[in-house]
Amino acid sequence: MSELAHQPDILVIDDEVQIRRLLRLTLESAGYRVREAETGALGLNEAAVQRPDAVILDLSLPDMGGLEVLRHLREWSHLPVLILSVRGEEAVKIAALDAGADDYLTKPFGGGELLARMRVLLRRAQPAGEVSVMRFGEVEVDFAKRTVTKAGADAHLTVKEYALLRLLLQHRGKVVTHRQLLREVWGPTHEQDTHYLRVHMANLRKKLEVSAGQPAFLKTESGIGYRFTSAE
Amino acid sequence: MHNVRPDPDALLASLNREEVRARRGQLKVFFGMCPGVGKTYAMLRAAQQELREGTDLVVGIVETHKRAETEALLAGLTVVPRKQVTYRDIQLTEMDLEAILARKPRLALVDEFAHTNAPGSRHPKRYQDVIELLDAGIDVFTTLNVQHLESRADAVRQITGVPVHETVPDSVFELADQIELIDLSPETLLERLREGKVYLGDRAQAAAENFFKDTHLTALRELALRFVAERVDKRLHELRASSPLKTVWRSGERLLVAVGPSPSSTQLVRWTRRMAAAQGAAWVAVSVESSRPLDADAQRRLEQNLALARELGAEVVITHDDDVADALVRVALQNNATQIVVGKSRSPRWLDALRGGNLADRLLRTSGPIDLYVVPAERTAEKPAPWFDWRPAAPSPAHEYAETLGVLAALTTAFWFLTPFTGYLAIGMLYLLAVIALSLRVGRGPVIAAGVFSALIWDFLFIPPVFTFYIGKFEDGVLFITYFVVALIAGHLTARIRAQERHERMREDRATALFHLTQALSAASTLDDAVFAALRQTDALFAAQSALLLGNDDHAGLTPHFAGSFTLDEKALGVADWVWRNRKKAGRFTDTLPSAKGFYVPLVRENTAVGVLVVRVPPEATLTLAQRDLIESFATQLALLVESESLRAAGEREKLLAESDKLHRALLDGVSHELKTPLAVLSGAAENLTTADEPTRAALTTEIRTATRRLTRLVNNLLDQTRLESGALKPRLDWCDAHDLVNAAVDGVQDSLTGHPFEADIPADVPLFRADAALMEQVIANLLLNAALHTPAATPIFLTAGVDGSRARVFFTVADRGPGFPLEMRERLFQKFQRGDAARAGGLGLGLSIIRGFVTAQGGEIVVGENPGGGAVFTIYLPYAAHGKVPTE
Repeated sequence: MSELAHQPDILVIDDEVQIRRLLRLTLESAGYRVREAETGALGLNEAAVQRPDAVILDLSLPDMGGLEVLRHLREWSHLPVLILSVRGEEAVKIAALDAGADDYLTKPFGGGELLARMRVLLRRAQPAGEVSVMRFGEVEVDFAKRTVTKAGADAHLTVKEYALLRLLLQHRGKVVTHRQLLREVWGPTHEQDTHYLRVHMANLRKKLEVSAGQPAFLKTESGIGYRFTSAE
Repeated sequence: MHNVRPDPDALLASLNREEVRARRGQLKVFFGMCPGVGKTYAMLRAAQQELREGTDLVVGIVETHKRAETEALLAGLTVVPRKQVTYRDIQLTEMDLEAILARKPRLALVDEFAHTNAPGSRHPKRYQDVIELLDAGIDVFTTLNVQHLESRADAVRQITGVPVHETVPDSVFELADQIELIDLSPETLLERLREGKVYLGDRAQAAAENFFKDTHLTALRELALRFVAERVDKRLHELRASSPLKTVWRSGERLLVAVGPSPSSTQLVRWTRRMAAAQGAAWVAVSVESSRPLDADAQRRLEQNLALARELGAEVVITHDDDVADALVRVALQNNATQIVVGKSRSPRWLDALRGGNLADRLLRTSGPIDLYVVPAERTAEKPAPWFDWRPAAPSPAHEYAETLGVLAALTTAFWFLTPFTGYLAIGMLYLLAVIALSLRVGRGPVIAAGVFSALIWDFLFIPPVFTFYIGKFEDGVLFITYFVVALIAGHLTARIRAQERHERMREDRATALFHLTQALSAASTLDDAVFAALRQTDALFAAQSALLLGNDDHAGLTPHFAGSFTLDEKALGVADWVWRNRKKAGRFTDTLPSAKGFYVPLVRENTAVGVLVVRVPPEATLTLAQRDLIESFATQLALLVESESLRAAGEREKLLAESDKLHRALLDGVSHELKTPLAVLSGAAENLTTADEPTRAALTTEIRTATRRLTRLVNNLLDQTRLESGALKPRLDWCDAHDLVNAAVDGVQDSLTGHPFEADIPADVPLFRADAALMEQVIANLLLNAALHTPAATPIFLTAGVDGSRARVFFTVADRGPGFPLEMRERLFQKFQRGDAARAGGLGLGLSIIRGFVTAQGGEIVVGENPGGGAVFTIYLPYAAHGKVPTE
């Protein structure tokens, strides 16, 4: 990453000076440029003036809640946003993700985890060319032909399974909430029908994963949603 | 009888007075001999001085009577606007007490202490307003003339011949912390009067002239001066009483005064008060209720007299007896009285003789060591009580008269046929027998009627010459008169006996009522039950409705108890609040807010009111003094109960606190140990990192990571426990897949599971179930962690899940091959800060408690059992119901 021609600019909005310092250390050693903001208001101001490439936002800020900062930000910007939260705040986390945050990290987190999430966020933010074919494990997905094969044979996905897979692959590396998945695939009236998801995801894993019991690609984020991961 | 030891009561009273005074506002009275001496003027000048010193003061009410020099002194003072009161279409203005209380100044000026408020005001008297101001901690300046003093009003009337209507009780006057005597020589005053500088009010000109006679003024001046001097003397005495050095104890004395309904009793009360004050003695006012009911007017006067005694500082005792002398001596002995004061009899001497001597004579014979004062009553226009009251003590029912007449008629018929055989003398004896027999059955009225009628019938029908009332022979005459007297005495005696019986019964009723109350109170297991029982008893006993209000825990207000038999409206709540704050009775039958519907009694314990008892009788009914006395006794009992209840609650709270304290200490010990260990590792490792070589550095990093994980786990556990206990935990139930949960949980604890052969066997057909995924992930992870930490290395751990036979529950099972748990430990296991006996060092014993909390929050349960072949099995059950159909496409 350090050889990047353009050094990505990351804005950290967190009231804890020690967390900011740690993030700066981790991110700068990976070749990012880091700006800091202590409060939500300062952060919004900084985001508007400096136009960073991504934002790391703490959910519990002293002046306004992180959720509110996010809503203000989303009024005018599609900047990738990574949420920092603590355990036990699932409801806020989901609300933030549904309000347009791109991913989350639960404190305490490791540096590797943070950098991986940052990479995913920035990749999406880059104007990626249309990908027509994706491979993971023995699976090959051809978006143009709308076909999915596993070890060369047709995986026989249903329409909904294909739609789910496509959505997760589009946001690969990122968490997609139950609500987002249900709304996209089944429509807004089914936002609460999480058992649809469970059943179809179980089928999808059976058809694509090596071991459906221990999926390598289609991961569950307990209580929040699903995430497609692949060690590219 | 002079005592040489300190009287503890007196000392205590002195102390109490000090204590109450500390919280009260200070009262300063500008005291004068008569109108026109310049009290208001002096008060305003003092106020101006205070104002210059920066005191926050308001003028509550000041009457300048349009005198320029007085009005000039009002300049710069804040005047609280007066309240308009409409009474019978007349506009009156009064001091706005509420406004002053709300404004809460440091000092308020309130002119004319003795003023009577317009009807409908909160208090009938202005001095009661002032007391409320003092109670609220506001200092008060006020003005008063000597003739308005309760104990001096008589003297002033005797001097001037002008009756005084507005008076202030001496006990109220004694609240004054400072008295400033405004003195003016009679000559100067008369001069001012001539110059028209004295406001004479509405007083008739003639009366005013009488008042302001030179001689009268001199007498009034002396009265005022003497009063102030006496007070100074008494203050000195008080000072001496509270100083440890004094050697002179005057007051073991205690005076007792007999109080009746007559106006002379009023004078008697004032006389006794003066005596008591002069001797520095306590005094008791006794009213003896006889079996003869007083008429409404007399009853009212009696109550006024007793109220006066109370105001003047007497303790009031009401007793029942037909013999006043006996009753007085009895009460005197009970109260350790050393002197009895009675009025001089005004009955004719012959009548006194007939009664076995007048009251004073009889007291003289029976009072033993007690001194007796007989005070002459001043002649008043009042007509003396009739010497013999023909009205029966309690009216006998008509049927008793009917019965008596029937018996007489029947006997007369029988005797008519009997007389030829027995002669008329025996008939007389038989009649007498019949009258005496009747007296055992019927009341005094019928018996006397029987006596009179039988005598007349005997005379008319039997004593020769028959059919005339004429008695021919001398012996017959003697016989007839004897008969008449015997019959009357028999009737009278019976009545006495019956009346005594009735009083005995009343006294017993009272005792029984109190007994029943205490019994009901002690039988009740909760305060609510007790209050309910007490109020129902009150209802039944007084044919009334009753309610109770209890002070809130924060002492900020009153809450009506639900057991009340009527609902208190806004106004009633206001009265109750006043009673509670002022710790004084109010409402009907009292001086404060007498227009209220109920009788309000505070529940007082140790100088604080814990509640208010309200008793409401229909408007036409009334509560006698004795009944109100009983209600007050009830209130005392209730207050005791409320207090003991609150003490018990406080005790319980203390116990709980001690318990939680113990728990906190355990927690603190545990937490500090658990925190310090990883912290020590962290700081040690961090220090060494800089100097260590590469392989050591890698090892140190691992140590740091392990310590961090341990710390994280600890903090998470503490946070989870807090969330559980604070009720902040709200599970979000959602459809869960057992495979997903287990995978996520195992991922989280992978590091800790190394070293144990681990197998998770989740059948493919385990259906979806509703649970909070995040909580369940933690539950399973914690169970696995627990197994890994508390079983020997290399022993296997096994996890499975499924639906039980009834298909109503899903279960998760974590089995190990560790030491297992003895049966008696298994329930305790899930309590917080409980650790297995064989547990390794470390851990707070929170894990299982949290697991159970999470599972219960989702409507499930957790049990621990024995693994066949050794080890423990934890099983989690969650409710299960199949989900709706999932569209295949």
